[in-house]
Amino acid sequence: MIEMRHVRVTFNAGTPLENPALRGIDLDIPAGQFLTVIGGNGAGKSTLLNALSGEINVSAGRISFDGQDVTRWPVAQRARWVARVFQDPLAGTCAELTIEENLALAAARGQWRSLRPALTAAARATFRDSLARLGLGLENRLQDRMSLLSGGQRQALSLLMATLQPMKILLLDEHTAALDPKTAAFVLELTRRIVAERQLTALMVTHSLRHALDVGTRTLMLHQGRIVLDIAGAERARLDVPDLLRLFEVAQGEPVTDDELLLG
Amino acid sequence: MSLIALLGALEIGLVFALVALGVYLSFRVLQFPDLTVDGSFPLGAAVAAILIVNHVNPWLATATAALAGALAGLTTAWLNLRLGILNLLASILTMIALYSINLRIMGRPNVALLGENTVLSPLQDLALPVYVTTPLAFALAVLLIKALLDRFLNSELGLALRATGANPRMARAQGIHTGQATYLGMALSNALVALAGALFAQSQGSADVTMGVGVIVVGLAAVIGGEALLNPRTVAWATAACVFGSLLYRLIVALALNADFLGLQAQDLNLITAALVAAALVLPRLRAGKTP
Ligand SMILES: Nc1ncnc2c1ncn2[C@@H]1O[C@H](COP(=O)(O)OP(=O)(O)OP(=O)(O)O)[C@@H](O)[C@H]1O
Ligand SMILES: [Mg+2]
Repeated sequence: MIEMRHVRVTFNAGTPLENPALRGIDLDIPAGQFLTVIGGNGAGKSTLLNALSGEINVSAGRISFDGQDVTRWPVAQRARWVARVFQDPLAGTCAELTIEENLALAAARGQWRSLRPALTAAARATFRDSLARLGLGLENRLQDRMSLLSGGQRQALSLLMATLQPMKILLLDEHTAALDPKTAAFVLELTRRIVAERQLTALMVTHSLRHALDVGTRTLMLHQGRIVLDIAGAERARLDVPDLLRLFEVAQGEPVTDDELLLG
Repeated sequence: MSLIALLGALEIGLVFALVALGVYLSFRVLQFPDLTVDGSFPLGAAVAAILIVNHVNPWLATATAALAGALAGLTTAWLNLRLGILNLLASILTMIALYSINLRIMGRPNVALLGENTVLSPLQDLALPVYVTTPLAFALAVLLIKALLDRFLNSELGLALRATGANPRMARAQGIHTGQATYLGMALSNALVALAGALFAQSQGSADVTMGVGVIVVGLAAVIGGEALLNPRTVAWATAACVFGSLLYRLIVALALNADFLGLQAQDLNLITAALVAAALVLPRLRAGKTP
């Protein structure tokens, strides 16, 4: 169980630019739950993920993982329990390292790193197997540099990298947003498959109301740093995109003009 | 050019190959532009020289010199990470401070090592002349250190260092404490440079407080030149390129100074170096078919 209690994040506190990005978030995420998160631009979705990963220090409140208070833990320490895929395909991998080196980095996420060789024959064999299951033909390109891969290939790989080690939560911040529709659909399907197979606890930010309802088991809507909608189960199952859009508009207080939200 | 001059150039080239490996660690692996080098090279020379003239075992003196270099690297990293001073500026501050410290260590601007017992002394008992055995011994040392560095950079920890330089945000998300990795890399880098300084002093027979001037540019010339020519894809090739670049740089300099028709003199060295670095920087782009 992951718990956020009264979590606040205020950027530039005490200056004229003061920006309360999260204004008291209370959220319980039971193990094995797959949440989707929607909300307008600047609603605080990425900030929520960054607070969970430790990339942003919360201004107030408490975050705990299975009872362990991690509020003050830096990113590197939380990495033991948090895996993430960034929106930018360039952000989650090292371009100048090879595919296998990137995988080796991720295979040791949150582990002690020793002077043993990072790549062994056994590790390579495992990587080749995992890559083969992606179905992208990357299993024969272990020694290629990451920079040679397309955005979609990189995101698929980032997803694979994130799941090489156990975690308490997988954070996905619009990880398909930078991809063309076909590739985005592929990566989304892959996400669904991996999360289901491994029974992961996951939190996925999306701009698509369609995806928000189709994927996962619970949906949050954020607006101005608050959770304004939190639905699961039968209530969620009854909703369709137009219903969600209406709820979205009520929360926003204005009609939605974003095409992506409507069509996605 | 005479054989002795050629071997002399190789000898210096090999010592500076260690500088190049250090510069590769900071500039390339950690992507930390580190000018500490201009201070840690004479620091290594000063520490080794003063210990040797006080009859400390030369191996211990050389090891202590490397350790002193590591401390210099840690200082720069600390100024940057802990005090938040821009990396380049942090390294300049350490470099400047080391100028005074090196003078303090030596107690005078110059310490002569002629006739002292150095790590190179055993070479005098061999059948071959020292101008042959010294570069041979240095070649062995450089090969060994290169191999160790390759092994390190391909280890789990070494990979963490490379990720820290290449993509610190990703590195942290993978649980790498990027601050610690930077301390480690900077310490190693400057330890190598100080080791080079210690060996240089022992092979040249003296340590001088001004011997650090321009060392960073020579190191960069080796790293960038080697890269431009070998276009390395792996760690082993990248470090080989450092060694190769350093040797080539010394040969070019020796040839340029020896070519009487050019009329170049020793004081033109920095000019030649700057020209070579500029050429090495432009070369890869010319090869890629792009205009600079
Ligand atoms: N590092 C930062 N420093 C200052 N302000 C920030 C920072 N990061 C985010 N903000 C601000 O916090 C608010 C919430 O931003 P956040 O990135 O969480 O929104 P989001 O819901 O992810 O939006 P989007 O859909 O555009 O990605 C915004 O007003 C943003 O400008
Ligand atoms: Mg965002």
